[in-house]
Amino acid sequence: MAEQMIEFKVSRYKQGQPGPTYQTFKMLCDENTTVLVALQDIRRDLDDSLTLRHSCHHASCGTCGMRINGKEELSCVVKVLELGTPVVTVEPMRNLPIISDLVVDMEPFYDRFNSVGLPFIRGSEFLEDAEIAEGLEAYGRYENCIECNLCMSACPIMGSDETYLGPATLAAAWRVVEEPRGLPVKPLLDWVDSENGCWRCHVAYECNVACPSEVYPGDKIMALRRQLTKRKFRGLFGK
Amino acid sequence: MASYHAVIIGGGGTGAAVAHDLILRGYRVTLVERGEVTSGTTGRHHGLLHSGARYAVKDKESAVECIEENMILRRIAPGSFELNDGLFVALTEEEAHYSHEFIEACHECGIPARRLTKEEVLAREPNVNPDVIMGVQVPDATMDAMRLPLRFFATAKHNGAIIKTYTEVVDFIKRGNAVSAIRVRDHTSNKVYEIGGDIFINAAGAWSGQIGDMAGVDVPIRPSPGVILAVRGRLCNMVINRLHASGDGDIIVPQRALSVIGTSSWVVEDPDNLGLPQDHIDMMIKYGSELVPAVRTAPFRAAWSAARPLIGPRGADTGRELSRTFKCFDHIDEGVEGFVTITGGKATTLRGMAEATAGVVCAKMGVDVVCSTRETVMLPHTAYYV
Repeated sequence: MAEQMIEFKVSRYKQGQPGPTYQTFKMLCDENTTVLVALQDIRRDLDDSLTLRHSCHHASCGTCGMRINGKEELSCVVKVLELGTPVVTVEPMRNLPIISDLVVDMEPFYDRFNSVGLPFIRGSEFLEDAEIAEGLEAYGRYENCIECNLCMSACPIMGSDETYLGPATLAAAWRVVEEPRGLPVKPLLDWVDSENGCWRCHVAYECNVACPSEVYPGDKIMALRRQLTKRKFRGLFGK
Repeated sequence: MASYHAVIIGGGGTGAAVAHDLILRGYRVTLVERGEVTSGTTGRHHGLLHSGARYAVKDKESAVECIEENMILRRIAPGSFELNDGLFVALTEEEAHYSHEFIEACHECGIPARRLTKEEVLAREPNVNPDVIMGVQVPDATMDAMRLPLRFFATAKHNGAIIKTYTEVVDFIKRGNAVSAIRVRDHTSNKVYEIGGDIFINAAGAWSGQIGDMAGVDVPIRPSPGVILAVRGRLCNMVINRLHASGDGDIIVPQRALSVIGTSSWVVEDPDNLGLPQDHIDMMIKYGSELVPAVRTAPFRAAWSAARPLIGPRGADTGRELSRTFKCFDHIDEGVEGFVTITGGKATTLRGMAEATAGVVCAKMGVDVVCSTRETVMLPHTAYYV
């Protein structure tokens, strides 16, 4: 197994410190080592005060989001050696308050996201020809969005406008419009039809690139715009 | 009347459920966790809400625990599970023959189990190995390994529990033979301070042996890791299991747009140093593709190790021989007062483990309040953050 010594330049911050600084650690990595595992190894062997968020280790929980070499990623699915850089820079996500090192405060994310009221379970896409099992009315499955904030960190508008609802919130709103599950759609459309809603987006599509979970928020923002335009025309022609 | 202060060590599913239970019984609760909540074993399992069918033949106690808790969790955590059921498939004549014993054992444990023909299996799950002989449908489900425990944390927190993350226990302080406080380091500020309490509960899972060592008691825990593999694509809707006695690589759990294949089993000394053996990853692909051939060609998403906290004597070597049930230790048996350990068990039985632990704690403290977590519908996971 080809092992390589990699230098990790890690953003460090503790409460009461004036601002973040960088600290460099060296860690041996093999072809299976993810950035998350390397950071855990650093915590175990070199500095037990290093703090980071993580849980599922397979891109299903959304807690281990961070900036790796300047890009928004889930650290659990980025293999260190595949980055191909001798130095790997690791920083916390943007547009949220930093609690410590790589740990950000998710409260502002959920303040926005919870306003939508997106149900956690959606209807499942059926496999072709699959017959629903007896006792189940329909297969349910989790929404794709894993609430990781990567899209909100990558979005260029989020950093300059605190009032912007942001890509994750707008994508969640679109999911309710697309599959209401008994929720009223009109108030939600009114809510996103605003200065700080879907019209604030500059169509940079950084969110689509950052999304690790096939939500593609940029596309959903455009879908909301089309829906609102249709609604406006229907209103103009009295329908 | 002043209430007792319970201090819980460990922010996984068990600690979350104990916090939720004790605060409903009138305790003041503080929970410390050295990292983020659910960052140990809890968040990392394959995400199966067990029906208990997996254990029905060989471990009836665990099977009955599972089906009872499965039904309770559906009630108190509505909207938290992919309602998809489980399917045990027989790929050999021997496995088809085993189905008779299997279904009978399920029914004895109160687990609904329905025989399906080959055609019925393939109509429901067209990606299952076409050589399938028959199947059995049971009420398994997919759970979000992080977000179900978060509902316990969220509800406990809104009821007044204090959850201190990034707070690591560095020492125990005793008065006589009784634990009176823990010394902790807050890793967000590097400050060290003490937390006093009336009762201390070790819920550190695979790390509970290390916490026990610090308190001077022996916790017979064997960290037993398994490798799990996730591939892209939802290859099945139901949880697909191999219809045989428990073995490696015999389950595929669909989760969002992923399929999760588990798992292997060995034992380690240090739960912070699990490794990720390549031959175990290869084994997941090999055995997983026997169940659903598309596993072999599906794009790789992740492979990782997670350490089960199994109760057992030192010397166990694969982990498969260790029981999957849980146990609560009152360390007064070793001369240490005010300190209990809850360990073993599995994600599906977290609430039941907490009920048993809170029962032990209440008996010790002379508190006569019954458990109410069976009926308490919990807040959504998002309430944890706000």
